[in-house]
Amino acid sequence: MVEEIGSTADGNIILNVGPQHPATHGVLHLVITINGETIQKVEPHLGYIHRSIEKMCESLTYRQFIYVTSRMDYLSSHINNHACALCVEKGLQIEVPLRAQVIRVLMDELTRIASHELWWGAMAMDLGAFTPFFHAFREREAINDIMEETCGARLTMNYMVPGGVMQDIHPNFQKRVKEFIALFKSKVSEYNELVTGNIIFQNRMKGVGNLSAADAISFGCTGPTARGSGVSCDIRKLYPYEIYDTINFEEILETEGDSFARYMVRVREMSQSISIIEQLIDNIPEGDFQAKTKAVLKLPKGEFYQRVETARGDFGVYIVSEGGTTPYRIKFRSPGFSNLSALDHMARGSKLGDLVAMMGTLDLVIPDIDR
Amino acid sequence: MWSFSKISKLIDSWLSVNFSSTWTMVIEMVIAGIAVITLFALLGLVLVLMERRVAAWIQIRLGPNRVGPGGMLQSLADTLKLLVKEGMTPDGADKFLFNLAPFIAMIVAMLLMAPIAFASDFQLWDLNIGVLYVTAISSLMVISILMAGWASNNKYSLMGAMRSGAQIVSYELSAGLSIMSIVVLSGSLNLNEIIQSQADGWWLFKGHIPVVIAFIIFIIAVTAETNRAPFDLAEAESELTAGFHTEYSGMKFALFFLAEYINVFIVCAIGATLFLGGWMPFHIGHWQAFNHVMDFIPSSIWFFGKTFFLIFLIMWFRWTFPRLRIDQLLDLEWKYLLPISMFNILLITLMAILGWHF
Repeated sequence: MVEEIGSTADGNIILNVGPQHPATHGVLHLVITINGETIQKVEPHLGYIHRSIEKMCESLTYRQFIYVTSRMDYLSSHINNHACALCVEKGLQIEVPLRAQVIRVLMDELTRIASHELWWGAMAMDLGAFTPFFHAFREREAINDIMEETCGARLTMNYMVPGGVMQDIHPNFQKRVKEFIALFKSKVSEYNELVTGNIIFQNRMKGVGNLSAADAISFGCTGPTARGSGVSCDIRKLYPYEIYDTINFEEILETEGDSFARYMVRVREMSQSISIIEQLIDNIPEGDFQAKTKAVLKLPKGEFYQRVETARGDFGVYIVSEGGTTPYRIKFRSPGFSNLSALDHMARGSKLGDLVAMMGTLDLVIPDIDR
Repeated sequence: MWSFSKISKLIDSWLSVNFSSTWTMVIEMVIAGIAVITLFALLGLVLVLMERRVAAWIQIRLGPNRVGPGGMLQSLADTLKLLVKEGMTPDGADKFLFNLAPFIAMIVAMLLMAPIAFASDFQLWDLNIGVLYVTAISSLMVISILMAGWASNNKYSLMGAMRSGAQIVSYELSAGLSIMSIVVLSGSLNLNEIIQSQADGWWLFKGHIPVVIAFIIFIIAVTAETNRAPFDLAEAESELTAGFHTEYSGMKFALFFLAEYINVFIVCAIGATLFLGGWMPFHIGHWQAFNHVMDFIPSSIWFFGKTFFLIFLIMWFRWTFPRLRIDQLLDLEWKYLLPISMFNILLITLMAILGWHF
C-alpha cells in the first residue's frame, strides 16, 4: 500500500497539499513530507497564478500600470496603488495636496482593517471554527460599502492616481466612517470572546510555529509576521510617507514569535488603524484632491524605489526609467513571498493540523506571491 | 390518553385473526422494518435542515429558505440531487470494501435504533441488556470509517481514518464509564427499567454532582465519538479536505452523511434516556399534583424534546469551537476525562451502596 501511495525511501509519506485545497486560500501547492502526523519538510511550489504582471507593466504608461497592481494583493489593493503612485510622484517630484494625502491614509487604514478582518475570519476557519468568518464579514461589508460609495468599486478600487486621488470623497464618507468606527468598537469584544479567549484556540496557537527574531530577519519576513517575533519593521514608522510622521500611533510588537503572537499583532493592529482613522476623519483639510499633472507622464532617466506598509508587510516598487512614457523595467517586492519562505523552517517537527494554523498566521495572498 | 400499544395490539389482533402465526410474525417484522427506515430517513432530513438552520442562526445569515415553505424541503431536494449523481469508485481503490463501507455505516446506525424507547409504549426491541447492546454496536462505526479510509487509496482518507480510529477507541472508554454510572445507580441494563427508575426525578437531578460530572463527560465523549466538531479530526476539511469520505460521491457520500446525523440522534437519545429520564415526564419526588400535570404532556414529546435539546447543544458546539489537534485530543481523553470518570464511577458506586442519592 505504501509503495502505491508514494513515499520516500525512509518510509515517510509525501503529501500534495494544493493547488486545490481548502487550507491554502488560493492556488498554493505545498509538497509536504510527513511521518505519521509529524511534518518533516514543506516545499512550496509556486506559479499557478503567475500573470506576468511585472512584464505587463513595461508596456503600460505610468498612469495605467497602477491598475494592474490592484490584482496582486487584492486585499490591500489601495495600498499597492498607493506605493505605485508614490513612486511615480517621487520620479516626477509632484507635490501632493494635503487633502489628497489625508484621504489616501484614511483609505489605506480602512483597507488594512478590511484585510485583517478577512484574515481573522479565515484564520479561525483554518482552525475549524466557521462562525467567526461570517462575523468578520459583517464588519468588512461596512468598509466595502464605504469604498463602493467613494471609489465605485469594492475590491480593486484603483482610486490612487499620480498626484492624488481619482475623485473627491463622497459627501457621506465622514458620516459612514464614523458609523463604522462605532460598529467596530462595539463588536471587537465579541472577537475576543469568540476566538482569542477560547482555550482550544489558545492551545492550538501558543508555542507552535516558532520564528525567532534572527530567523525572521534572515528570511526577510516583514509586517505582522516579523513584528510577532519582535522585529521592528513598520515602514510607516521607519520610513514615513505621506502624513504618517504627524499621526500618533503605536507600532505593535510581540516578542514570543509563535502563532499566537502573530495573531495578537494583527488583532491589535486593527485597533491602531481605528485610532488613526479617528484622528484624521474630522480633520480632512479643504483643498484639491489632486495635483495638477501633465496629461502624459514621463519619468526622468533613472531608478526609483518606494516602499509602503501593506496589511501583509513591506511592499516595494522599483521602477527603472529610460525617460519614456512606459517604464523600462518594474520590480515589485511583495511581502507574501518572503513570509512564505519561512514556512518550512517554522513547520518542521510540528503536526499537520498546525501547518494549516501557521499558514493562516502568515496571512498569505497567493496572487501577491506569484504576481 | 391514547397509546402506541393500543395501535400495535389492534394490528396484532387483526393479523392473528386473518393469518397464521408465522405470517403474522413476518408481516409484523416487515411493518417494523418499514417504520425504522421511514423514521431513519425523516430524522436525517429533519436533522440536516436543523443543523443548517442552527448554523445560519449562529452565523447571522438566513440559511435555506427557498425550497418549500421556509426552506423545509431543502434537504429533500438535496437528497434528490445526490440520488441522481454518479457514485464514482476511484481507480486503485479496493472496490468491494470501498462500496461496502457506507452500507456498514448505515447498518450500524439502523441497528442502534432498535432498543431506544421513543415513547412510553413505543420501543422496537425491549432488550434486557439494552445499554450493553448500544455500547457494543456503536463501536462498530469505526470499522466503516477505517474501511472507507483504507479502501479509498487516498492519503487524506487514510489519515482521516487513522485519526478517527484512535479517537473513537479512546473516547469509547469515557462514554462507557459515564453510561456505567447510571447503570450502577439504577441497577439495570434495560433501558425501560432505567427510565422507570427515574419516575420520581431524573438521574441528573437525583444523583448530586457526580452524575452532573458524568453527564458532562458523556456529552464531550459522544461528541468525539460521532466525529463532530470540535473533535471532527476525521473530516477536518481545512487539513484533510474531507477526511475519510474525500473520494465518496453521490449516494455513497449521502449514506455516510445520513449515518453521522443518525448517530448524533442516537447518542443524544441515549443521553436523554440515561440522564434526563427518556420519555419520563418531569417529576419532583412525591409531589402528586405537579407530577399529574406533567403527565398530561405526551411521552413522545418529552423524549423528542430532551433529545433535540441535546442535539442542539452538540450543534452549538460545532459552530462555536475551533478544532483540537490530534495530540491534544488524545491528551484530553487519557490525561483528564478517563481519570476523572474512573474516580467518578467509584464515587457513584459508593453513593449507590450507601443510598445517598435522592
